[in-house]
Amino acid sequence: MPSPLPTPLREAAMPSQPLDASVLTIDCAAEAERIATRLRDVIGRQFRRRGAVVALSGGVDSSVCGALAALALGPSKVFGLLLPERETSPRGMELGRRVAEQLGIEYQTHDLTPVLEAIGCYDQRDEAIRRVFPEYRKDWKNKLVIAGGLSGQFTFFKLVVQAPDGRMFCERIPHLEYLQIVAAQNYKQRIRKTVEYYHADRLNYVVVGTPNRLEYDQGFFVKNGDGSADVKPIAHLYKTQIYAMARHLGLPEEICASRPTSDTYSLPQGQDEFFFALPCDQVDLALWAHDHRFPHAALAYALGVSGELAERIYRDIEAKRRAGAYLHTPPVLFDTCPPGVATPTLSARGSPHA
Amino acid sequence: MPNIKAHQRSYITENFLFGQGADISDEASFLARGVLDSTGVLELVLFLEETYSIRIPDDELLPDNLDSLNAIEAYVRRKLDGGVHAVALAHASP
Repeated sequence: MPSPLPTPLREAAMPSQPLDASVLTIDCAAEAERIATRLRDVIGRQFRRRGAVVALSGGVDSSVCGALAALALGPSKVFGLLLPERETSPRGMELGRRVAEQLGIEYQTHDLTPVLEAIGCYDQRDEAIRRVFPEYRKDWKNKLVIAGGLSGQFTFFKLVVQAPDGRMFCERIPHLEYLQIVAAQNYKQRIRKTVEYYHADRLNYVVVGTPNRLEYDQGFFVKNGDGSADVKPIAHLYKTQIYAMARHLGLPEEICASRPTSDTYSLPQGQDEFFFALPCDQVDLALWAHDHRFPHAALAYALGVSGELAERIYRDIEAKRRAGAYLHTPPVLFDTCPPGVATPTLSARGSPHA
Repeated sequence: MPNIKAHQRSYITENFLFGQGADISDEASFLARGVLDSTGVLELVLFLEETYSIRIPDDELLPDNLDSLNAIEAYVRRKLDGGVHAVALAHASP
């Protein structure tokens, strides 16, 4: 048997397909029907649940998930949640409400601010910020911004704060302060997920996770936070495909034309500032090209950037995958323990459904 | 002049590898070996700044300066010597 030829990624033969935005074109009607069929099968037959909970942020991903769930199960089997906290964009919540009403699903608003205050989310984050900016107060705003990476430096983060009078300050953030700020902010995603599962348990529904392909592949989610769900119906779709799907599903124009945000920090923050370092349509094409073994020169031509930058984009994709592996990994067991061998028992912790 | 390389080997071994990194060669890339990620780099930077009383500016956060024991030693020596500039972004090799 001949040994396989070594074909490193960037030396692979140039694929015959042209590399441009057209490679991401999908048949939205067919894809929506395929997802709806899978949702019915997974929720009904595999999980034996009666419907789906979808948290609506007002962004395109959760809106599309809500619409697909309503298409698959019927609006009466989808429960929407609006989960704002004091730093959430009011505009996002208004859009989320409009989507729920357009879809005809039942929904509820649950303000998470008191829970987040009680658990120390804001205080612990602000304490870390004050170690960098001692003058920072509660009425200031903040965000983290990604730096380095595509310029050839190591990736690092800058902390940006804004005083009430509009003055902005920016500093590279040391690692302990960075970790504490991120850990405190992650309370938001984890508390949101706790509320989603409360309603899923109450209704005997599943929780729908709303990551797109970029977020899922590159690890832009919080472990046991927004990364937790029973089904992730659009995790295989690129962001540009999700925008196309949003238009196909007739979602409000403000959502179809929106710019992706993290909606986690109090200053406005695009995802390209915090995680991807490029606009999402460019990351889409880069990820697609990387996974279809296009040489970085082809990506450079398609994006209109230098070959050096295209190579760094590929390296950044691979580095994020390495870093994100931890997020995707379930708890590690040290011996074989196949699921399903234990005798089902009534338990205060788990479900009594046998 | 402190023994920078031995000191860094000890720090990286104890801090990032739970004592199991004695086989890291002087020229091995930390990134390629998966020893450091972006959080680890920030941790290393803080350690270098505090240990050697140096300031590492943003444009010197480069693999050329920090991605191996050899690179760190050369970089810290240049910083401590003061007269020779560290590799900065504008002069970085691709």
